[in-house]
Amino acid sequence: MEQFLTFGIVGLSTAAIYAVIGSGLVLTYTTTGVFNFAHGAAGMLSAFTYWQLTGGWGWPVPVALAVVLLVLAPAFGLFVEKVVLRPVQALGEAERLVMTVALLSGLIAVARWIWDPNVPRTLPTFLADRKPFHIGSAVVTWHQALTMTVAVLVAVGLRILLYRTRPGAEMRATVDDRALVGLTGAHPVRANRTAWILGTQLAAIGGILIAPTVTLDAAQLSLLIVSAYTAAIFGRLRSVPLTFAGAIVVGCMESYLTGYLPQNAYLPGLRLAAPALLLFVALLAFPHRRLRGRDRKLRPVPVPTARGTAVFAVCVVAFGAVLASALGEADLITYGAIFSLGVVALSYVPLAGYAGQISLCQLSMAGIGAVVWAHLGAHGEFWALGVAILVSAVAGAVVALPALRLSGVYLALGTAAFAVVLDRWIFTLPSFHLFGMRIALFDQGSVDVAGPRLFGLALDTAAKQLVFAAVCLALASLVVAAVRRGRFGRRLIALRDSEAAYATLGGSLLRAKVLVFALSSGIAGLGGALYGMQQRSITADQFNLVAGLPIFLVAVVGGLGAVGNGLFAGTAYIGPTNALVAVAPWAQNLVALLPGLAGIGLGHNPDGIVVRFRREWEPLGRDRIALPGLLCVLALLWVLRLGDLINGWTFLGCSVAAGVALRIWATARQTAAPTEPEVPVEWWGLRRAWRPEDREVLARGLAAD
Amino acid sequence: MSAILELSGVRAAYDRITVLHGVDLQVAAGQVVALLGPNGAGKTTTLRVASGVHPLESGRLRLGGRDMTGADPRDLARAGVCLIPEGRGVFPNLSVRDNLLMMTFTGRSRAEIEEIAFQRFPILHRRASQAAGTLSGGEQQMLALARGLATDPAVLLLDELSMGLAPLIVGRLYEQVAEIARQGVAVLVVEQFAAAVLDIADHAAVLVRGRVQRQGHPDGGLRAELSALYLGSSA
Repeated sequence: MEQFLTFGIVGLSTAAIYAVIGSGLVLTYTTTGVFNFAHGAAGMLSAFTYWQLTGGWGWPVPVALAVVLLVLAPAFGLFVEKVVLRPVQALGEAERLVMTVALLSGLIAVARWIWDPNVPRTLPTFLADRKPFHIGSAVVTWHQALTMTVAVLVAVGLRILLYRTRPGAEMRATVDDRALVGLTGAHPVRANRTAWILGTQLAAIGGILIAPTVTLDAAQLSLLIVSAYTAAIFGRLRSVPLTFAGAIVVGCMESYLTGYLPQNAYLPGLRLAAPALLLFVALLAFPHRRLRGRDRKLRPVPVPTARGTAVFAVCVVAFGAVLASALGEADLITYGAIFSLGVVALSYVPLAGYAGQISLCQLSMAGIGAVVWAHLGAHGEFWALGVAILVSAVAGAVVALPALRLSGVYLALGTAAFAVVLDRWIFTLPSFHLFGMRIALFDQGSVDVAGPRLFGLALDTAAKQLVFAAVCLALASLVVAAVRRGRFGRRLIALRDSEAAYATLGGSLLRAKVLVFALSSGIAGLGGALYGMQQRSITADQFNLVAGLPIFLVAVVGGLGAVGNGLFAGTAYIGPTNALVAVAPWAQNLVALLPGLAGIGLGHNPDGIVVRFRREWEPLGRDRIALPGLLCVLALLWVLRLGDLINGWTFLGCSVAAGVALRIWATARQTAAPTEPEVPVEWWGLRRAWRPEDREVLARGLAAD
Repeated sequence: MSAILELSGVRAAYDRITVLHGVDLQVAAGQVVALLGPNGAGKTTTLRVASGVHPLESGRLRLGGRDMTGADPRDLARAGVCLIPEGRGVFPNLSVRDNLLMMTFTGRSRAEIEEIAFQRFPILHRRASQAAGTLSGGEQQMLALARGLATDPAVLLLDELSMGLAPLIVGRLYEQVAEIARQGVAVLVVEQFAAAVLDIADHAAVLVRGRVQRQGHPDGGLRAELSALYLGSSA
């Protein structure tokens, strides 16, 4: 009984912290409509800053607390509101979600940059010099008592603010209808600012309170938020009291699992994964709905032409062949990931781009593909690649079943929870037997991965594997483009635009969702297997949630509706980062920050960079002099590289310079060509002939209201 | 009668498409002006311009003789312009009470606002703790209209008050609008279903393709012209 009480007190103390953090989440969601994935990261950054001020520079605790909670946290909240979220305020839910994921990724990178993760840091508990007191037979420390008191004060304060004051009503009203808020004499921007300041302060309080009881690690502290997510989902993202109830369930569950979970090789991971499992269950069990708002904006999905896609596929293979012949062995392994991770990024296109299903577990699906290939294709059996794709597709279909009940931010949370369960539990399991079959995953360490044998040809060198990965990316791009052009693609877009309308037109939500999840997971599984081959050896960490966030961000920045996104995301994620580190090794931390920064830049290119890139480079592709000229220059440079007359960097630099110069020239030629004078819209069809595309231009212009 | 709300030569556009081509309109205190016209004529845009929600390309917006061209919706709201937008001007996630709390910006206390709203629309009192989005369409419009009563506006702009409502409810709501006008408020009503609003209107303007084609007293001549406009003949 004494042990039970002691674990109960520990659980309640942890629950109090989750409640504070969860309340911050609920506050920002109900008052800005943004589910802040970076909420935990803001708490993490506050905890590190507090450590720096007290442990690092020796500032007195009250001063450090005042600086963090009253100066830095509000300033950070204002920064998030103004720089990160205001540019995407008019965009859809997905874009706002991506911004907070970018912020999460960026903040982890910043923290690792400033505070070396290899140096251990600890924070003392509050009031540690005071003697603990007893409740019955259980011992309660003053830190625990303080934590619980703070939680109660936060709960009461938030309740009064949100439901008893006009600023609270203004904050909640801003989510419903920003325009209408202006019509009631309120200031929506001011309401948002207040919400972000308060939300960040709550995250900071939670971070500082929890930091003394856990390891001060950027990723770990940021992902403690999963427990707070669970609490917030108990509160259906809108009720502070229910969030507190949820926090108590999560805190006590974690504590009692620590105390009473049987000790064997398979269960320690379960304790770590339990909050994520509970989050998954809570998402499915509790009825939830999106906030009723008027801000649903859907972007059109371009339809690729068959010819254009075929040319693109040929270019991908040619690019692979050039890289394979121009790079050295070490670089081949590094840059080969352009194509394998490109395949993983491409898996977002049908799922998120066409069907509008936001998944954060695509790299976990890639991990499943990689591990299946590693074990079944240990001697290069080519059929094992098909099995790897199939198993990943089945895993995707399994995720799709609960996804039927989830959408938007809830689906993102559910898939993130799935990824965390895999990271913390499933991928860490030792081998086990199921129905008489031995199932081995990462063998609690690393697994060696072989290249495939194709028609008797062993793809055992980095160069061959790179070309193979390029061919796979080209084929996968063709498949994804065919899906977009076909009936299934139209169905997916109808599903994205309106699930209700899709169902009333006779479409099966179950079938469409299961198929698209299976398709994209299969593609991700293929990418994972290719990545594993190139790396030669894989660990679970390479496929965890945090590792997957930058790929997701780069894919979103590329434009989720574009088929060319696979190549773009792979190149943008692997190319500049590794090239920059090779040129300037000191820039490694800056490089880790790039995907986050790119994600934050999304507001400037909501259609994605691939679409813009294509628009800007189209003049070169259509120019009958510039394009053949560029191909000749590239062929010449390639020959020089093959003859070892120039090195890889010269080859790369000259290729890029030739491409850019000819693009500028081709654009200038096109601009110089005589064009028709602009005719006002009202006179279309009168002063100039009516064009088929005019209808689309008018429809979009009128729908802009 | 001097005009409280005055639009002169107003042009407005969505991207490259000009929707209003020089609209002139005046509404005096206590007057109900009906702005009528077919779909896409620019009626809603006129109200959005008058409330500051949509910017003008050119022209002037005056309020009580004061030039308010370019003012934002917040300033116009505080100056006495109250827009009840199309499709229920309420905050659906907020309770009825919280919606009324949002009306306190003119300086009236929460208790006063609730008293005015609940006295005029007793059903809202019974629904006070309910989320506005869960009210019926008529109740939502009553809550929206309560803003027109409780905030003492100088100008009330109503956009498609009848949308999705039973004729009986529409009739009652327009009775309230007439009552508001009798208290000296300038009322500009946009309505597709002309019959309901012409019964209470003192003046009517017909907007076609972004231009005021005809305006005057809503007498038989104007009604006949409206029939021709909607039905495509002079029947």
